[in-house]
Amino acid sequence: MRGEVVVRVGAKVLAPFIITFGLCVHFHGDYSPGGGFQAGVILAAAIALLALVYGLEAVQKVVTPRFVRACAALGVIIFAGVGVVTMVLGHNYLGYDALAEGHAGQHYGILGVELGVLVTVFGVMVTVFYLFAGRRGRTQ
Amino acid sequence: MLLTLLAAAGLALLRVRNLFAVVMLAGIYSLLSAGLFTVMDAVDVAFTEAAVGAGISTVLFLGALALCGHQENKPGHTPLLPLFVVLVTGGLLVWGTMDMPGFGDPANPVHHHVADHYIDESYHEIEIPNVVTSVLASYRGYDTMGETTVVFAAAVGVMILLAGRLGRRPRPEGKGDGG
Amino acid sequence: MSLDLLVSHYNYWVVIFLMMVGFYILISRGNLIKKVVGLNVFQTSVFMLYISMGKVNGGTPPILIYGETDVLYSNPLPHVLILTAIVVGIATTSVGLALAVRIKEAYGTIEEDEINAIEARTEATG
Repeated sequence: MRGEVVVRVGAKVLAPFIITFGLCVHFHGDYSPGGGFQAGVILAAAIALLALVYGLEAVQKVVTPRFVRACAALGVIIFAGVGVVTMVLGHNYLGYDALAEGHAGQHYGILGVELGVLVTVFGVMVTVFYLFAGRRGRTQ
Repeated sequence: MLLTLLAAAGLALLRVRNLFAVVMLAGIYSLLSAGLFTVMDAVDVAFTEAAVGAGISTVLFLGALALCGHQENKPGHTPLLPLFVVLVTGGLLVWGTMDMPGFGDPANPVHHHVADHYIDESYHEIEIPNVVTSVLASYRGYDTMGETTVVFAAAVGVMILLAGRLGRRPRPEGKGDGG
Repeated sequence: MSLDLLVSHYNYWVVIFLMMVGFYILISRGNLIKKVVGLNVFQTSVFMLYISMGKVNGGTPPILIYGETDVLYSNPLPHVLILTAIVVGIATTSVGLALAVRIKEAYGTIEEDEINAIEARTEATG
């Protein structure tokens, strides 16, 4: 696929928009359809597109396998950490009202939790994709 | 109607033996079901299904196919026993739906337990308009945390299975070792 | 009456049909990847069952509209359950595919009967 100019330029142009769209889906999850799960998958799709067009090695230099593996674990920690923070502040586990006065606490809590979901789903999807694609490189 | 198209896609999945075609059909099937979810008001779900089913999952299946070869053997035994099992199970399930309330009736019991509370109160309690998000992240926060952990655990499983070096063979005799 | 029943239960029946197609692929086909596809079909049919239960005739998607009180929304609860189930589904599917890849590497095939034959041969000799 390395010789296809249209594909290469198209992927290069599209990727930033896909990533922006993913972030938009994440941060507007409160007001419109979307949220951490969808955004994580969309971001992973952007990485997969780049990897398919430019080759796995080129993409892995930027988004290293180590980094995505760390992401997968970090997301769960963020999610659980939000719960621990609310507990330290004297509320129930994941009781977001602790985070701020009134309903803002719910907003912060949901955003934090969704961020955890986003990071985990992104990390997991890219890790799995790297493993499948990298395996092929080694068997052939 | 979309449902009929879906049924057709399902049948095609059954018949085709070239696995590349099967994976592409599975992508089409996912996209159709995403359309169906939109029609049935589940916009969040449709979004997820379109991104996951038609996007990432197709890529993963293709990755696995590239490693495993893409032609399926003809089924060796007669299809009668599985067909019988499937027909009996399907018949029982259809019989079971006879007692179910009709599709889309607002008086159905599903809509009157906690769903009323979510729709009526969530704006006062949480102040965000997307009920799905507020239920997902706030009312059912534990649930979602469990799901996130499951996704992470699945990634760990794939890492254990695939990240090892190729040279290590599980069976020292090496019988039938083709890989 | 029976036409009524057909119209109000058509959704459920197609769901059951799809579920049985997935089930049939699962138990009658020997290829492991085809089996995973069958499992996916089965899974999606369950999603559809949940979403059809959540639909309210004349309802709108459950995104609240400011300042309006008498809007009919569809039930958000099944949506939440299925939303997470889809992502978990793809994660477990990837585990299944990874297993298939490892089996291919260990046995050189992903057809069930060939694997069984190889196993039987190994047991007879070893």
